[in-house]
Amino acid sequence: MFRNGEKEIQKAKGHWGENNDYGKKRQSPTEHGSKQNSGNRNRPIMTVTYLFVAIFLGMMLYICQYFIVHRQELLNNSYNGRQQLFMSKNQRGKIYARGGEVLAQSDIGDNGSEVREYPYGNMFAHAVGYATHGRAGVEALGNYYLIQSNAPLEEKATMKAVGAKYHGDNIYTTLDVKMQEVAYKAMGAYKGAILVSETSTGKILAMVSKPDFDPNEIEGIWDSLVTDKESGILLNRTTQGMYPPGSTFKIITALEYIRENPETYQDYHFQCSGSYTDGTDRINCYHGQNHGDEDFTKAFAKSCNAAFAHIGLQLDKGKFHNTLEGLLFNKELPLHILYNKSRIQIGRDSTNGEMMQAAIGQGTTGMSPIHLNMITNAIANGGYVMKPYLIERVENTAGTVIKQFTPSGKTDLMTKQEADILKELMHSVVEEGTASRLKGLSYTAAGKTGSAEYSEVKEESHAWFTGFAPAQEPEISVTVIIEGAGSGGEYAVPVAKRIFDAYFGVS
Amino acid sequence: MELFITELSKYAITLLMAFYAYESFAVFRYREESLRGGIYARQNFLMLFIHFSCFMVICFETGDMSYLFFYAFQQMVLFATAVLFHVIYPRANRLIINNMCMLLSIGFVILTRLSYEKAVKQFVIVAVSLAIAIVIPFFVHKLKFLKSLTWIYALAGSAALLVVLVLGKATHGSKISYSVAGVTFQPSEFVKIIFVFFIASALCEAADFYRVALTAAVAGIHVVILVVSKDLGSALIFFVVYVLMVFVATKEYRYLLAGIGGGAVSALAACLLFRHVQVRVQAWLDPWSEIDKGGYQITQSLFAISSGGWFGLGLFEGTPQSIPFVEADFIFSAIAEEMGIAFAMCLILVCLSCFLMFMDISLKLNDRFYQLIAFGLGVTYIFQVFLTIGGGSKFIPLTGVTLPLISYGGSSVLTTLVMFSIVEGLCMIRNDEEKEGQQTEKRQKRGSLKTKQAGSAEESNGMENVQERRKRNPKGKGALGGKQ
Repeated sequence: MFRNGEKEIQKAKGHWGENNDYGKKRQSPTEHGSKQNSGNRNRPIMTVTYLFVAIFLGMMLYICQYFIVHRQELLNNSYNGRQQLFMSKNQRGKIYARGGEVLAQSDIGDNGSEVREYPYGNMFAHAVGYATHGRAGVEALGNYYLIQSNAPLEEKATMKAVGAKYHGDNIYTTLDVKMQEVAYKAMGAYKGAILVSETSTGKILAMVSKPDFDPNEIEGIWDSLVTDKESGILLNRTTQGMYPPGSTFKIITALEYIRENPETYQDYHFQCSGSYTDGTDRINCYHGQNHGDEDFTKAFAKSCNAAFAHIGLQLDKGKFHNTLEGLLFNKELPLHILYNKSRIQIGRDSTNGEMMQAAIGQGTTGMSPIHLNMITNAIANGGYVMKPYLIERVENTAGTVIKQFTPSGKTDLMTKQEADILKELMHSVVEEGTASRLKGLSYTAAGKTGSAEYSEVKEESHAWFTGFAPAQEPEISVTVIIEGAGSGGEYAVPVAKRIFDAYFGVS
Repeated sequence: MELFITELSKYAITLLMAFYAYESFAVFRYREESLRGGIYARQNFLMLFIHFSCFMVICFETGDMSYLFFYAFQQMVLFATAVLFHVIYPRANRLIINNMCMLLSIGFVILTRLSYEKAVKQFVIVAVSLAIAIVIPFFVHKLKFLKSLTWIYALAGSAALLVVLVLGKATHGSKISYSVAGVTFQPSEFVKIIFVFFIASALCEAADFYRVALTAAVAGIHVVILVVSKDLGSALIFFVVYVLMVFVATKEYRYLLAGIGGGAVSALAACLLFRHVQVRVQAWLDPWSEIDKGGYQITQSLFAISSGGWFGLGLFEGTPQSIPFVEADFIFSAIAEEMGIAFAMCLILVCLSCFLMFMDISLKLNDRFYQLIAFGLGVTYIFQVFLTIGGGSKFIPLTGVTLPLISYGGSSVLTTLVMFSIVEGLCMIRNDEEKEGQQTEKRQKRGSLKTKQAGSAEESNGMENVQERRKRNPKGKGALGGKQ
C-alpha cells in the first residue's frame, strides 16, 4: 500500500484535476474497471495516515526519551512509592572508595531491619552522605542504583529460597581514602571546605566539609541537626557553601582584563600606595601593605587590591557580565548533588564602587568552592572543564559492571591562550607571590590565594586557596576555604601543600 | 526455578511481542491477502505464546495455579473468534482479527494482574461482545440502506448524548454513563460509530458547502453536549473525526485548515472558560508543582512508565495500583511498568498497524460512503489511542479516555469490537467491488478484443492464476482469494 502510494498519487492527480467536484457523481467505478482503482486513491486519506504515523513515531520517541532522561529523578521522588518497593525487596548496596575500601554498607539487624554502617564515621560524612531522613551525598546521588538489584539469577534464587533480600548493586566512587584523610585532618577543628579533583577528568578525589557529623549516629542526632540552624552541620560546604571569593576572584578579573586587552595587558603598570580611592570609595590592600611599583604579573602574584580595584574600573561592564555568564555565574552548574548557584551582580548600571569591590572578590559576590574548583580545572586543562563526578561505576554483587561513568560534559570556559596566560600568572603566585609556601618543592604548583573579608567590623577573613600541580602538566587541583582563619597564604596554602604532598608521595 | 522462569520470560515475552509487531507491519509487503497466510499463522502462534507466558508468570508470581482456568477460557474465546471469523468470512481481513485478539489478550493479562474481579467481568463482556461482533460484517455487507439513514443517525446520536446529560449519573465530575436495569452504559462510546455513519452518509453523495455546514451544525451539537457533560476526551474525538472526515470528503485543504484553526480557537476558549480544562492544562504543563493535587495522576503515571525499564518489573512486581483509575485511563502505564517500555512500544505499533489496515481498506473502497466509514472509524480508533497514551505519558494534556480493547470498560470494548467488525464488513464490500470490476473488465475484453486466453486463465484456480493475474495487474489490485 505505502510503497506504491506515492506513485499512484501522482497518477491520480490528473484524474482529480478534471473531476474535483465530489458532488458530481462519478461514473460507476465498474465502468472504469479495476485498473481505474488507482484513480480512487484519495490523497487526503494518505495525508491523514502519514500525519498519524508521524505523530505516533514522535510520541514513541518522546516516551522513550523521557524515560531515559528522567527515570532516576522520578524514582527518587518522594511521591514515588516504588522506592519503598525496591527497598523492601533489595538490601541497599555498598559504597566503595576507589581503592576498594568500604565507605557504607548495610547489615541486617536482629529484628530484620537494615542498619547502615559507615566505617569511616565523620570523615566522609558529607561526601558519602546519609540515607535516612532524606538522603545526601553519594547515598542520594546513587540511590537509584543502590536500591535496585542486578544480582545474578542464581544468587537471587538462593536468596529467595531462604526468604532473604537480594543484594542491591554496589557503587564504586572516585573518592580516595588517603586524600580524604589528609584533607580531613589538615582542616583540623576549623570550619570550611576542601575539594580535591582530577583536573582532566573531573573526578572528585576528596570532598571535606566541616563541621560534620557521624552518619552512623544520624538517627539519634537528626532532630538536633535540623533544629540547629546556626552551625549548618548538614550543609555540604563544598557545593552549598556561598563564600565571598576574595582575592581568588582576581583570576577572573585578570581573565577579563586580558580578554579586553590581549595585546597590551603586559604593559600594565600601577604604583601601589596601600590603597586606591575613587571618589568616596576606597579599597585597601590586605593589612594595608604597600606593594610599590607593579606590572600585571606582580599585581596578581602579590594580590594587590589597589591595582585590581584600578583594573576593575577599566573593564567594560557589559563584556564583564558576559564573561561571568560564560564562567557559569548566576547559572546552573552541571552537578547532580545539592548545590547553590554562585551569584554576582555586574551589569551596565554597576557603580564604580561596586566594580572595585567585585574586582577583588568582595561585595555581594558569593561563590561555592566547587565552582571555583571547576574554573581552576579549566585553567589547568587549557580552557575546558569536565563535569565533576563522584560515581565511577556501578557493579552487581558478582562484580559485573552495570553502569560505567566516564568523564563527560566538556565545557569550554576560556581559550587555550587565556588559560595558558592564567596558568603562568598562577605559577608566579607560587614563585614570587602569596603562595610561596609551595615554592621549591619536588613538584611544581600554581594557584591563587584569597583572604576574603566577611565582616564589616572585625578584621577577620576566610582563608582561600585554589590551585593545581604540577604547574606545567597538571594532574590534580585543590580548592580550600577555611572559615575565619586569616590570610590564605598563611592558613589555606599549608593545607593545600599537605594534600599535594600526599598526592605526590612526599612525606 | 520459578524465579528463572519469571525473570527470563520477561525477555521472552518482549521478544515475542517484537516479532508480532514486526509481522503486523510485514503484512503490508504483500498486496494480496492470499499471500499473507504465513504471516497470519505466525502471528497466531506468537499470540498464543505471549498470552500463555504471561499467565504462567501470573501463576508463579501469585502461587495460584487456578489462574490457568481463566486463561483457558480466554484462550478458547479468542481461538474461537479467530477461527469463526475466518470460516464465516473467508475473505475478511485477518490482520484486523489477529490484532484485535492480540490486544484483547494483553488487556486480559494486565486486568487479571490489576484486579481479578474486573478481569472476569471484562472477560464476560468481551465474550458477549464478540458474539455480537461476529454477525456485524454480514449486516454491513448486506444492508444497503445504511447509506440513507442520515438524519436518523444525527437524531439518535444527539438524543443518546442528551439523555445522559439530563439523566446520567456523574462519575468523577463528568456525566458520561447511564444505567438501565443495573447495567451501566457509556453512550458516548456507541455514538462514536453512529456519528461516523452520519457524516459518511451526509457527505458521500455531495460534499458542497451547504452540506458541510449542515453536518458542522450537527457535529457542533454533539461536541457541545459532550463538553457540557465534561467528557472532554470524547468531545475532542468527535471534533477531530468530523474535521478529518470533511477533509477527506471534500479533498479540500482549506477545510482542514479551518478545522485546525477552529479547533485551536475553541481549545483556547475552553481553556479560558472552564475551570476543569485549566486544571488539566496546568497539570500537563507542570505536574510537579502540584504533585499532591491536580498533578497526582499524571505524575504517578510517569513514575510507573519510567520505573519498569525496557523489560519491565515483571507482572505483580510493580505497584501500578498507585495510579488512580489505572485499569481504565492509565492501563498503558501499568503495562509499561510491569511488562516494560519495549513491550509498550510494540503495543503502540500494533495499534498503529490496525489503523494502517483500516486506511488501506478505506483507500481501496470505491464507494464513497463505505470509504468514509472505514476512514472515520480508523481515525476514531487511532485518535483515542493517541489521547490515552499521549495523556498518560505527558505528551499531551490528559483527557481521560480508555485504551481501546485493553482498558477495563464494557461500552468501550463493545464499541471497539463493533468498529473492527464493521471494517471487516467493508473489507468484504471492497472484494465485491473488485470482483465486479474484474467481471466488467472481462466482459469488455471478451466483447471488444476477444482475448479468450485471459478469460480462461481467470477461471482456473491455483498458483499460475495468481501469477498470471499479478503479471497483468502489477499493482496487485487483483481479486483476493481467487474464488470466482
